Amino acid sequence: MRFLPSEEQSDFARTLRGLLAASEVPAAVRAWGAGDHAPGRALWARLAATGLFALAADEAHEGMGLLPLELATGFVELGRAGVPGPVVETAAAAVLLTRLGDEALAKRFLPGLAAGETSATLTLPGAGPYALDADAATHLFTVSPAGELRLAPGAGPLRTSTDPARRLALPDGGGELLAAGPAVTAAARDAADWARLLTAAQCLGTGEALLARTVGYAKQRTQFGTAIGGFQAVKHRLADTLIGLEFARPLLWAAALSLDPGEVAAAKLTAGEAAYAAAMTALQLHGAVGYTEELDLSLWLRKARPLRDAWGSPSQCRAAVLQERLR
Amino acid sequence: MDLNHSADVEAFRAEARDWLAAHVPATPLPSLETREGFAAHREWEALLHAARWAVVSWPEEYGGRGVDIEHWLVFEEEYWAAGAPGRVSQNGINLLAPTLFDHATDEQRARVLPSMASGETIWAQAWSEPESGSDLASLTSRAVRTEGGWLLTGQKTWSSRAAFADRAFGIFRTDPDTPKPHQGLTYLMFDLRAPGVTVRPIGRLDGKPAFAELFLDEVFVPDADVIGEPGQGWRIAMSTTGNERGLTLRAPGRFLAAADRLVDLWHDLGDPADTALRDRVADAVVGARAYQLFTWANASRFAAGETIGAESSLNKVFWSRYDIALHESALDLLGPDAELADGEWAEPWIFSLAGPIYAGTNEIQRDIIAERLLGLPKGRR
Repeated sequence: MRFLPSEEQSDFARTLRGLLAASEVPAAVRAWGAGDHAPGRALWARLAATGLFALAADEAHEGMGLLPLELATGFVELGRAGVPGPVVETAAAAVLLTRLGDEALAKRFLPGLAAGETSATLTLPGAGPYALDADAATHLFTVSPAGELRLAPGAGPLRTSTDPARRLALPDGGGELLAAGPAVTAAARDAADWARLLTAAQCLGTGEALLARTVGYAKQRTQFGTAIGGFQAVKHRLADTLIGLEFARPLLWAAALSLDPGEVAAAKLTAGEAAYAAAMTALQLHGAVGYTEELDLSLWLRKARPLRDAWGSPSQCRAAVLQERLR
Repeated sequence: MDLNHSADVEAFRAEARDWLAAHVPATPLPSLETREGFAAHREWEALLHAARWAVVSWPEEYGGRGVDIEHWLVFEEEYWAAGAPGRVSQNGINLLAPTLFDHATDEQRARVLPSMASGETIWAQAWSEPESGSDLASLTSRAVRTEGGWLLTGQKTWSSRAAFADRAFGIFRTDPDTPKPHQGLTYLMFDLRAPGVTVRPIGRLDGKPAFAELFLDEVFVPDADVIGEPGQGWRIAMSTTGNERGLTLRAPGRFLAAADRLVDLWHDLGDPADTALRDRVADAVVGARAYQLFTWANASRFAAGETIGAESSLNKVFWSRYDIALHESALDLLGPDAELADGEWAEPWIFSLAGPIYAGTNEIQRDIIAERLLGLPKGRR
């Protein structure tokens, strides 16, 4: 047993972190929310060059094999930087197509997704009805409860999320039927687990970014003649935030190692709650300036709640934990 | 990254499981916080020791098996899953022993450790004083030089297990003239039945004498019972607190077993429509797993040569809050039976309530986390 990331995994995370730190992500997020996808696409291209999207596709189709641990490690960094777009959905679509084992479909879609040349969004049974960023994604997949995988012909009107960088739409019915049957249902279940896992990773990164920014602020903001970070009430709230995040991290690793639905639900629950708690702490300790959209902090603040609920709300995750436990 | 245990560890687990299945008392022992329970638990410690399960991580020469932390964690999982009794020797094994391994002489180790492992000598911790709790360095009990040793005078309090224990360990002021309060302190061991010692048991919330006050009036301690150099007591003591807050006092196995029992209780008594309670049971399952995995990650770090640091404060706050939440959920499931003092969950609930208070209060732990892990400025407490 050695329950720590390998050197390669840590190096990959460091590479992504360095790349994203140099990429002016906040500007891309704001543009994305305004409907201008160009800076976001440029960012995606740089991410694809690291091999990130290839981690969710098999080797026969330009992927690097399904590597959930590496991918989760990478998605922590996407969350930390606040990368916009259907990143989780693109990876989940690649997993679905890999797991489906339909050679023609795999050949048609996977190389583009793995290379980051195309993107995807999708809706799956048991998850929310909205497709994320349907206007920006190259492909819009839907899986029905009856196990029909379709390429949706389009989507309804775009609706903004409470996070302006997330844009939601209901897929139109119909469209090309790509596959149907129990294999689709099984692959969709796997894809949903991956979506949940990678959202948990994004949550962890989002929470870490919120904590780091708030710690930085608490060190420089003075009141009553002293940095507010010296006040015990402030320190304790930040300490609790760190505790929440630090105990979510090993759950995420274990979930990525096993992809066991109970472990994935536990990771999502804990990371989602920790990130949202980090957001509430960040808001409180920043005071009124934290309540404005002009401060970049808002990019993460508004993400924390939707990510906590996407691909499995806390309640759904708790139910899944107990279901697995009693199985 | 790998969560699988080696065949060697799994064989060790199987051996522990078999032994425990054959030897754990069928009916629970009386509370170890009573005189009767103390005696019964001492016998259990002797039984454990005879089969070399009392201190598996210690070197063989002191009664252990010389196994690493991974084996120890697995042993703890089996121990608590088997419903084995609480450890009456825990203060000595978890707090004094690590200090002896790090700072004592060979003679001291050879003299003290075997009888600690067998339960023949039960140790109490004598750190806190009436005016020195979280501000431990302000302690005033003193040790004065005398022929061949030291004379202890002063008062200690909240000394766990001291009502029935044999010996105690603590820090005393040997130089009152140092510029800083944490200088001039000395770490030593003394006999709770020595002339000049008065032990006054204190009933905790449920009335059981789980701790005691110690009044010390020129109690003689030979030089042989001083640990490390006189005057270095603070540094030595602080090397113990990481253990107390961190791994050894609360192995994850304890919480994994408790969460299992909670799920069983929920399965038996839970109202499926009460999703709020269901969610708290799920949180208990997830919390135990999170704590276990956090511990595995730390164990992997130690195996790679790192030492325990301020992250032990993360542990302390986590498990102490977790322990209370878990037991409160059990009480809520029990409904009207929850208040019965002889119920299975009553004493553990009472015990859990002390978690945020001892081993350094959670307020102090959060200060440590904020200052040492987050780099926030030191402020007035």
